[in-house]
Amino acid sequence: MNSQAPVVNDQHEPAVGQPYTRNDQACHDLSIRVRDLNLWYGKNQALNDLNIDLFQKNVTALIGPSGCGKSTFLRCLNRMNDLIPSVRTEGLVEMDGRDVNAPKMDEVALRRRVGMVFQKPNPFPKSIYENVAYAPRMHDLVSRKAEQDELVEKALRSAGLWNEVKDKLQEPGTSLSGGQQQRLCIARAIAVQPDVILMDEPTSALDPISTATIEDLMDKLKEEFTIITVTHNMQQAARVADYTAFFHLGEIIEYNDTKVMFSTPAKKKTEDYISGRYG
Amino acid sequence: MSHTFDEISQQLKRRHRKSARLKWISMGSLGLAGLFLILFFADMLSKGLPAFQQAYIQTEISYTEEAESDGRQAFDQELLPLISRTVVRVIPMELRNNPEMIGTSEAQWVLANSEVDQYLKGHRHRLSEEEQAALDERVEAGQVDLRFNSTFFGSGDSKIAENAGILSAVVGTVMTMIVTLLISFPIGVMTAVYLEEFAPDNRITQAIEININNLAAIPSILFGLLGLAIFINFFGVPRSSPLAGGMTLALMTLPVIIISTRTALRSVPDSIRHAAFGVGCSNWQVVRDHVLPLAMPGIMTGSIIGLAQAMGETAPLIIVGMVAFIPDVGASFTNAATVMPAQIFTWSGEPEQAFVEKTAGGILVLLTILISLNAFAVVLRKKFERRW
Repeated sequence: MNSQAPVVNDQHEPAVGQPYTRNDQACHDLSIRVRDLNLWYGKNQALNDLNIDLFQKNVTALIGPSGCGKSTFLRCLNRMNDLIPSVRTEGLVEMDGRDVNAPKMDEVALRRRVGMVFQKPNPFPKSIYENVAYAPRMHDLVSRKAEQDELVEKALRSAGLWNEVKDKLQEPGTSLSGGQQQRLCIARAIAVQPDVILMDEPTSALDPISTATIEDLMDKLKEEFTIITVTHNMQQAARVADYTAFFHLGEIIEYNDTKVMFSTPAKKKTEDYISGRYG
Repeated sequence: MSHTFDEISQQLKRRHRKSARLKWISMGSLGLAGLFLILFFADMLSKGLPAFQQAYIQTEISYTEEAESDGRQAFDQELLPLISRTVVRVIPMELRNNPEMIGTSEAQWVLANSEVDQYLKGHRHRLSEEEQAALDERVEAGQVDLRFNSTFFGSGDSKIAENAGILSAVVGTVMTMIVTLLISFPIGVMTAVYLEEFAPDNRITQAIEININNLAAIPSILFGLLGLAIFINFFGVPRSSPLAGGMTLALMTLPVIIISTRTALRSVPDSIRHAAFGVGCSNWQVVRDHVLPLAMPGIMTGSIIGLAQAMGETAPLIIVGMVAFIPDVGASFTNAATVMPAQIFTWSGEPEQAFVEKTAGGILVLLTILISLNAFAVVLRKKFERRW
C-alpha cells in the first residue's frame, strides 16, 4: 500500500478530476470526489463543509462517535437522504465526472452504480433466488432465464453464500440466520454490478463469527468494488479498511491511510477517540 | 426505616382486593354483553328457522274445461281456502299453454296457504273452526306436510306470504356490492397509496387526511342524500338500481378502505422500502413490487370489513329508492332492485303473521353472509400475518 496519505481541507484545490492529495499525486484512481458538502436536517446542520476523495477498489472506513454524521454522509453518496423530506444538501458530490446532486442526475441510475447494504439485514420477504434476481431483472441486465440463474449464482458465490443456500434457493430469504441474511443483502447489492458499495454498519447486528465472515468478504470484494463502510468498531476499521476518515460533529477531522491514522494520528481529537477517551 | 413482610402484606391486601373487584366487574360486563348476544341469536333462530320450512298439501287437481277460465274449479272446494292463491292462479295459463291436459287430473303436493303454515307451526292464524277440522283430518291422513322452503331461497318478494322469497334481495345485494367494490377498492387503494407513499407532508395533505377521517364518521343517511342529489338527479343514474345504490355505498366505504389501506401500508417496515430504493427501484416500483404485496392482506381485510358494513346498510339505500317491492330477480345493474336489509325492513312492516318469520329468516340469511365475510377476513389476516 502506498503510504502517501490523502488529506482533507487542503488549501490548494487541485484541478477538477484530479485526486485530492497533498502531493497532487494519485494513490489510487478516484471514485467519488466530495467538495464543500453541507447538509441540514431542517435547521440543524449535520454536515459541515466536507471535502474528501474516495478511491476505487479500496475499503474506506468512516469512524466517529454517534451522531457525528458518518451515516448521513454515506447516504449522500447514493442520495438516500432524498427520502427524508426535511433534508437539504449543498455542495459537490462527483462521481465519474458528474455531480450526483444535479437535477439531471437520475437517482435510480445513481443507485444502480452505488449499491447499499444496511445496518439491519433487510432481505425482501421473497425467496433467496428472487432477492438476488429481482434487481438485475428490473434493470434489464438479464434477458433469459439461464442468464439470470448464472447471475444469481455468481452474486451468491461472490457473497460467499452459494454453498450454504444452493439447495434451498426457493426458501424465503428471511429464513436464513442474521449473518447469512446480511450476506444475502450483499449478494443483492452486487448483483446489479455497481461500482461502489456503501455499507452502513453492516456487522453491528451480527455475532462475532458472522462479523468475521463479512470482514473477510469485504477484503475479497474490494478487488472488484469500491467499498465505503461506516463502523462503530475501531478494531474493525483497523482490520478491513485501507483508508479511514474520522468524523466528529459533522466534520471530517482526519482522513488518512488506516495504518498511519491508527499509529500516528495527526490530530489530538483523533488520538483521543482512537485510544477510547470518548465516543 | 424498613418494614417487615407482615406489615407490607397488610397494605397489599387492600390493593389486591381492589384489583380483584375490578377484574370481576370487567368480567361481569363481558358476560352481560355475551348474554345479550346469546339472547339475540336464540330469538332470531327460534323465530327465523321455521321460515326455512313451508306447509304443502297433497290434493287432486282436475284440469276441467271450467278450470281454464277459473283456476278455482280445479280444486276440491273444501280444500280451496287452504291452498295458496299462487297455485290457483297459474292453472288457467298452464292449461292454455298445454290444451292436451284438459280432461285429465293428477294428485300433487301443492303450496299451502300461509295461514295453514302458521297453524301447523303453532303460531297465530286466522283459520275458521271448519277449516281447522278439515286440515286436522288431512294431517292425520298424511296429506299435509312441512317441507324445505325452496320458495324462500328461490324466488323474489311477494305480497302473498307463502310465495315471498329472499333471492331477489340477495341478487340485488350481490350486484350492489360488485358496483361498490369496483368503485371504492381501486379509488380507495390508490388514494391511500398516494397519500402514504408519494404525497409531501404539507398542510394540504393534512387537511385531506382530516377530512377523510371525518368522512368515516358521517351518518350514512347523508351519503344517501348525496347519492340522490348527484348520481340520480344530476347524472341521471336510474333510481332504485344497483348502480345508484352501489355508487352511494361506495362513497360510504371509501374512507374505510382508505384508512385501512394507509394503516396496512404504514405497517410495512421502512427497511423494505430502503432495500428496494437501495437496489435502484423507482418510487412506483417500490410500491408495486414490494410495499403493496406486503400490505395486501391488510388492505383486503379492511376492504372486506368495509364491504360487510356497506352490505348491512339500509338508510342511504332508502333515499336512493332501493326499498321497493321487487318481485323479480334483478336482470341488470340499471333495473330496479332491492337489497337484503331493505327487504327485511319491508317485511317487518307487513301486517300478516307469516311475515314475522320471513323477517327473522331474512335476518338469519344476512347475518350468515356477514359473519362468513368477517370470518374470511380474519382467516385472511391470520394466514398472511408476517413478522419482520
